[in-house]
Amino acid sequence: MANLIQNEMMKLLARKRIQVVGIIVAVLVLLFTYAQYKQVEEQREKLGTTDWRASLQQQIIDIQNRLGSSRMSDDWREQLQVSLKQQQYYLDHNINPTEPGAPSFVRMFVENSSDLFIPLLVMIIASDLVSSEHSLGSIKLLLTRPVKRWRILLSKYITLLLAISAIIAMVGVLAYLLSGIVFGYKGLNTPVITGFTVEGGNLDTSQVRLLAQWKFLLMDFGLVWFVAVVVGTLAFMLSVLIRSTAAGMGVTLAALISGAILSNMVSSWESAKYLFMVNLKLTNYLNGVAPPIEGMTLLSSMTVLFVWWAAALVVSFVVFTKQDVY
Amino acid sequence: MSTVTLSVSNLRKMIKGKEIIKGLNFELQEGEVFGFLGPNGAGKTTTIRMLVGLIKPTSGSIEICGYDVKNDFTKAMQYMGCIVENPELYPFLSGYDNLLHFARMLPEVDEHRIAEVVSLVGMQARIHDRVKTYSLGMRQRLGIAQALLNRPKVLILDEPTNGLDPAGIREMRQFIRALAEQEGLSVLVSSHLLSEIQLLCDRVAIISKGEIIQVDMVANLLNKQEKIIWRIEPIQKGKEILRRYTEVVETDDGYLVTPYEEKQAAIWNRELITQGTQVLEMNRRLPALEDLFLELTGGGEGIG
Repeated sequence: MANLIQNEMMKLLARKRIQVVGIIVAVLVLLFTYAQYKQVEEQREKLGTTDWRASLQQQIIDIQNRLGSSRMSDDWREQLQVSLKQQQYYLDHNINPTEPGAPSFVRMFVENSSDLFIPLLVMIIASDLVSSEHSLGSIKLLLTRPVKRWRILLSKYITLLLAISAIIAMVGVLAYLLSGIVFGYKGLNTPVITGFTVEGGNLDTSQVRLLAQWKFLLMDFGLVWFVAVVVGTLAFMLSVLIRSTAAGMGVTLAALISGAILSNMVSSWESAKYLFMVNLKLTNYLNGVAPPIEGMTLLSSMTVLFVWWAAALVVSFVVFTKQDVY
Repeated sequence: MSTVTLSVSNLRKMIKGKEIIKGLNFELQEGEVFGFLGPNGAGKTTTIRMLVGLIKPTSGSIEICGYDVKNDFTKAMQYMGCIVENPELYPFLSGYDNLLHFARMLPEVDEHRIAEVVSLVGMQARIHDRVKTYSLGMRQRLGIAQALLNRPKVLILDEPTNGLDPAGIREMRQFIRALAEQEGLSVLVSSHLLSEIQLLCDRVAIISKGEIIQVDMVANLLNKQEKIIWRIEPIQKGKEILRRYTEVVETDDGYLVTPYEEKQAAIWNRELITQGTQVLEMNRRLPALEDLFLELTGGGEGIG
């Protein structure tokens, strides 16, 4: 099996797919870094640079005053205490909360790219992994070697998983290194507020707590990786089913884009939550953003994605091992 | 004296309710070149794809060196090398990387063996160039090198001379003969070019519409069907006279064709002369497989 994976890696690298993905990521990171930098600059002009410490101090005093008042629900009090802690941390560690360091940039970048950009990158690799063998005709040589078909497909799938991991790692590393040049590398330990849940249209803050930014980033990356694997597996299945790479890419692209559109307009179509494409923004659950359809939770979304993943994998293997190759 | 390396029995394939291959039976012996001859659409490629495991037969069995392709796929494939249609290797890899790629899929094929097959097909000079820079002839040779990596007992080549120039065809033919005679390989070659099969093969199976019409030694088939070609003036009278003795076919370009019978030919000739016709030409001809094929399939198939 190691030999087969080595083969697939050799082909992937020779076709410069990973390299292309790396360049795309680098260019986009630079673009976003510049955009973010412009934004920060504008804010700085508005607020002035020296002011932020004083205004943060003022905010903290405000919160302390409100906490002193007795007419307040426990929930609300807890939430205020959490944000008090966060702001105290900013002050103690001399961090301007409106100016991101590299870690905040990475977080922003990953969270925004999880439902479209990273799936697209994964698609570049996944969608021709099998269909290109058909279009090249090399499938005839590949399948007439003394190796069972499922082993060949498995080696391709493992290669895909490795490539996806490499892409996610590349996004993280490039975003951190490149944005750090502008924003600085500090901020890995900055606390981030998390634990919001939305239930019945209300923000439930009872679970709110602070988390070090690097832990939060790990969670983000874990979820993004999971999404990428699901999308990759679906594109992989299409690559088995549809012999034309372009057609397979088209279908994946249509699904991804329709997901982005649907997320904004399906709130009344409840069963749409079983579609994989409206479940791709898992990181929103960490930030307490309301899901596109009521009743969706992190667990339900992951379950839906898992079912799609399993089905795609079963279909891929059954079709690939049974099909006649012309 | 010889052992069977490939045996096919009662092989059938249905596609969408239509029987494409209708019960094929044949065997390959060690060291022989076996031709698979038929017009396009006769089922040659479908059959070959079943032999190499790309298409699953509806019924029937295929054994390579005693291993069933369906039940013992990996063992059977260890004894087989093939090129199905064109040798479609990875154009973005070098020739050597292509061989390395396929060697990794085979048990006990090391770099030494790769070097061996490279020199066998005479590719040492260009082996580290990318395949996309190769000519068709070089790709064909690389394809053969790839097929020989695992020291197969059976070599299956679908249209091996397709697209080659005359020198390439000749070279390929000599190479295939050498493999069969010196290394004892069984080679199955499919072609719609009858002249090709005639020059290359020991035995031939003629296939049409999914059935084998005849399997025989190439030499035997040719012997049976020798002909005399006549040019007689006036042609109608000559035809009448010959008709009294044997079957006559008139060709479009003004010749008469009769079967060759050694004892009779002189009598027919004397009769023609005494009746006052002029015999301008009288040729004995070994027929090409082409004639034979048209005869066997009832003509009108359109070859090539």
